[in-house]
This record gives sequence, C-alpha cells and structure tokens, in this order.
Amino acid sequence: MDQDMNKPAAQRPARQPGGVQALLSSEIGQLSALALVIFVVMAALDPSRFLTTGNFSSMAFQFPEFAILSLAMMLSMMTGGIDLSVVGVSNLAAVVAALILSALAGPQALGLAAGATIALAIAAALLVGALCGLLNGVIIGVFGLPPILATLGSGLIFTGLAVAITGGSAVLGFPPAFAFLGNGAVFGVPMPLIVFVVIAAVVWLVLERTALGLRIQMLGTNPLAARFAGIDDLAVTVRTYLLSGIFSAAAGLVIMSRANSAKADYGSSYLLLSILICVLGGINPYGGFGRVAGLVLAVLSLQFLSSGLNMLQVSNFAKELIWGGLLLAVMVANGIQFSRKRR
Amino acid sequence: MKIDWTRNETLVFLVIVAFCLVATAVDPAFLSLPTLFDLLRNSIVTGIFAIGVLLVLISGGIDVSFTAIAAFSMYTTTLTLVSLGVDVPWYGIFVLSILIGTGLGLINAVFVAGFRLPTLIVTLGTLSAFRGFLLTFVGSQLISNVPAGMRDFSRLTMLRGTTGEGYFYSLPWAFLALVLVVIGTWFLLNRTLLGRKIFAIGGSSESAHRIGIGVRGVQVFVYAYVGALSGLAGIIHASLARVANPFDLVGLELSVIAAVVLGGARLTGGYGTITGTLLGVALIVLVSNSLILLGIPSTWQSVVIGTLILLGTGLPAYQAKRAALRAG
Repeated sequence: MDQDMNKPAAQRPARQPGGVQALLSSEIGQLSALALVIFVVMAALDPSRFLTTGNFSSMAFQFPEFAILSLAMMLSMMTGGIDLSVVGVSNLAAVVAALILSALAGPQALGLAAGATIALAIAAALLVGALCGLLNGVIIGVFGLPPILATLGSGLIFTGLAVAITGGSAVLGFPPAFAFLGNGAVFGVPMPLIVFVVIAAVVWLVLERTALGLRIQMLGTNPLAARFAGIDDLAVTVRTYLLSGIFSAAAGLVIMSRANSAKADYGSSYLLLSILICVLGGINPYGGFGRVAGLVLAVLSLQFLSSGLNMLQVSNFAKELIWGGLLLAVMVANGIQFSRKRR
Repeated sequence: MKIDWTRNETLVFLVIVAFCLVATAVDPAFLSLPTLFDLLRNSIVTGIFAIGVLLVLISGGIDVSFTAIAAFSMYTTTLTLVSLGVDVPWYGIFVLSILIGTGLGLINAVFVAGFRLPTLIVTLGTLSAFRGFLLTFVGSQLISNVPAGMRDFSRLTMLRGTTGEGYFYSLPWAFLALVLVVIGTWFLLNRTLLGRKIFAIGGSSESAHRIGIGVRGVQVFVYAYVGALSGLAGIIHASLARVANPFDLVGLELSVIAAVVLGGARLTGGYGTITGTLLGVALIVLVSNSLILLGIPSTWQSVVIGTLILLGTGLPAYQAKRAALRAG
C-alpha cells in the first residue's frame, strides 16, 4: 500500500474496491456507513419533513443531553466498569441547581443578580456531580464493590435524595436567562451542542493525550497486569468516576434548562440509551477499548433514527422495543466480530 | 452454636431485629399479628423474584429483565383467557403464565449462553424489548375483569382471624407458592448435581468448563428457571390484586436485587444462600412498608435502601479485600 501511494495516480493499480473494504472493516468506517444509511433511509421516507432546517436544528438541541450522559458512561465502561448512577447524578445536581435558582433569584430576576445566581447554581451542580462521582470512585476503588453494585446503590441514593429534597414534585421558577443554556444559540450553533462538543473534546483529550487516558485503557484491558505495571488503580478509578459525575451533572443542567424545571425522575429512559450508544459506538463493555469518534457517530445514528421514528409517529413503547432490540442486535454483531478477530 | 459476625446473614438479621425494636418502641401496635401477616403477604412476589435472582447471581450473571418477564406473562395470559372467554381453573392459568415466562427466559439464554454476551447489558436490553413489545403489540389497557380462575385463587385463604382489638388478618394460599419455591430451589442448589454446577460456573466458568461441565447448558437452565419463577410471581401478583395492569411490577427490579445482595449473594458469582436471600427480602419489605413508623418519611425510602446496599455489601467486600491484601 505504502509503495503504491508514492506512485503517480495513473500507475497505481485500481484499488478502489479494496479502499472501500478497508474503510468498511474499520469500526469508525462501519459506524459512519451506518449513520449515513439511517440518514438516507429516514430522508427518503419523508424528505419534505426530514430534510428541513427546522428538523436539523431540533435534532441539534435534542441529542446533546443524552450524548453527554453517554460520554460519562463511556469513561466508566473504558475501565471495565459501568456507571448506573448517571441519571441519578444528573437529576440530583439539577435539583440542587434548581433550588438555588428559584430560592435566590426567581423567575423575575434580571441582570447581574440573575447572572451571579446562575453561576452559583451551575457551580453547585457541578460540585454535587463531582461529590457523587467521588463517592462512586471511593466505593469501587477503596471498598472493592463491583461497579454494577456500587453505582446501583449510589444511584438509588442520589435519586432518593432528589425525591426527598423536592418531595417528588418539579422545581420551577428560574431566571429567564438560564433558559439560554438549553435553548439559546451562539452564531446559530445551539448551546447544548456547544456544551457537548466541549465535553467530547475534553474526553478525547483525556483518553488520547494524557497519562490518565492511557492508564484507564490499561486498567480496562487487564486490571491485574495494570497493577503489576505499577498503575495506581485507586487513583485512576476515583478520577474516572469523578469525571463521569461532573459530566452527568452538566447533562442534568442542560436537561433542566431545556425543560425549564428540575425533577427527580427526568430522563429515566436515558440510562438504557446511554449504554446502547456506548455499545453501538464500539466501546467494549469489558473495558479497555473505545473512541470518542465512535461514540459521536453512534449518537448521530440514534438521533437520526429517533427523529425518523417521531416523524412516523411511532409510540414511545415501540421506541422502547426498538432501543432494546437494537442493543441486543448490536451486541450480537459486535460479539461475532470479537470472536472473528480472536481466531 | 458459634455466631459468625462477618456473615451478611447475621448483619441483616441484627438490622431486622433493631428495626422491629425501634418500630415497636415508637408504635406498640407494630408488634402484632396483622403486621406480621401484612409483611408475609407483601413478601410473596418479592420473595419469588428474589429466589430467581439469587440463582442468576450464583451462576455469575445478573438479570434485570425479570420484572418485564413477569408483567409480560401475567398480562398476556390474562388477556388471552379473557378474549377467548374460556373457563380455565387457576392452576391451568398458572401453568400458562409460567410457560410464557420460561419462553422469555430462554430468549435471555440465547443471548447469554448462545452469544456469550455480558448479562447486565443483555437483560437491560430484553427488559426494554419485552416491555416495549408488551405495550405496543399486546396491549396497554388495564384488565379488571380477570378470569374466574384467578378470582377463585385470590379467595383461597390459608389462615384468617381477628385480633383482640378487632383487627382482621389473613394469609392467602399464595404464600405456599413462595414456600414451595424456596424448598424446591434449596433442594436444587444443595442436593442436586445441577445445583453444584450452578455454583461451579459462578465460581469460575473456565474451571467449570475444564472439569467437563457444560457451562452453556447450565446457563440456559438458570435463565429459563428465572423466567418460570417470574411468570409465577407475575400471575400471583395479578391474581391477588384481581387486576392485570401491564405497567405493574417493572421498576421493582432494583429492590429485589438489593434484597438478594444484602443477603450475601455475590455479584461476582459462586456464592449465595437462600436463608440470606429470605432475610434480605424481609428487610426490604420491612423498609418499604414500615419506614414511616421510624419517623422517616416514605420519600426517603430509596435513600435508605441504597444506603443499606452500600453498607451491607461494602463492609464485607472491604473485609474480603483487606484479607486478600494480607494474604498477599
């Protein structure tokens, strides 16, 4: 291949099909193809509604909230764990922020007072997320509980706290300026999308360009070997779940701003969706492997599919069936791929 | 008899005793036959679910789809019989529901044993798929005119009476189903070769394979068994309530898993006891029904259950980790 590339185009043997095959055998290539196929099918079903600026804009507002949760899920999955508490963390953080906003500012607040309160509320939410993540990391790293069990228990606690603080009802009454986070746009780019891109870039940097990222991948590939290689698994675990908690809180803020309220049971379907996105995006549930690009493509595929299903007026129950079925189908396809690679 | 203080069973038992003592101190009426029978009645469905989950955990997997299986089998059975209008005795209805549950359990088995996929993610997927299929294609309407067989079953009372203060109490025969499931599963786990195989594949799937155990076959049995128990629990739930609500049951899975892990079953597989599971069920049912007696508002229920999970499983895990470190 390398030699061929150096020759002028005319002398190069016709390798076009081979090039496409090489692209299709890479994970990213397959995912791009999948996203493209779903996009084309949905567009073909009803071009007058799917191929509109309005539809693209609403998609760009919709997907960031669960895409951010998927990034949080991805980090824990890379270490070979799982974070079942992401939705609980995001709701607890949102409820705390909402209480600060409605108590200190209220719906009439404008100007500097509103701005300061919003900054305080966002900081508080991210702090709550960090504390929740820290708790997860400590339970898993120090006490040695399996991540499934630890985050199942902590997720119950976070959701339970959000219910207990609010009494189960929604918290309303934020300053109008807060709606900008979920509904505003900068130079036509939706704010939620900007938040997602920033967090995705951070995750990419952490995974591909830092020592922590390398350690996360080593820990996920083989925990015992990683320990013998002198990796401080406690520090890696705690940092991973800390980041996961902060990102979940950010997702909570976006959801809260878009809904203009916070409630303990928002986004309950996002847990399955974020696991589905990770698995579809090629993140190995046993740990070690996964790329941000794959996750982004998985998010896009699912958003195209979801918008298309909405367009066809498919019920939420049927969507539940489709997400579940898709998760199983993707796992089976990946599983066959894994065993083929091994051989 | 020597008491082992590091066992989950002991810890859970002590927490239950402490809970009852405090509840009695706050409200003397807590310590009475009606309370006891309420708790027993409320533990039937949770208990049957928990025994199924115990088996999966021992085999080294986890199943979160059992509530969806229960809702699916219960609702499909009821709907079929109501729309056919046939008169089937209650045991016939039960057999149908158990068969549907077994079928759905086998679907789980295809993915877990056939494709060797991670059990949590598979059953999360089937939870959503079964529920979505039920609500989309079978129905989403509440059925309140359940077949006569189910109503007959709900009237079968094992024990009934009235306390001195005039409080009425009763225990349905459905409780016997839990007792039979417990005895049957105990026998299976401790007195049969299949039971030992379930422990073996949970302890180490690789070692089990090398000593000649058909790991996949055992897994198929485990997931089918859980499906059957879910079908049974579902139809008991609908019969006792005399209504088939397709939205019921799903959402219970976390507290059932909580009960089983509190009872000492390990998520890593190979370990778990029926006694521990029953104690865990008793504690979870107590917490869900009587928390208010301790002066804790019921909105704090999941905080309490979550804390119990983390403390109840975290302390033994921490001790085990330190012991392992000391051993080098």
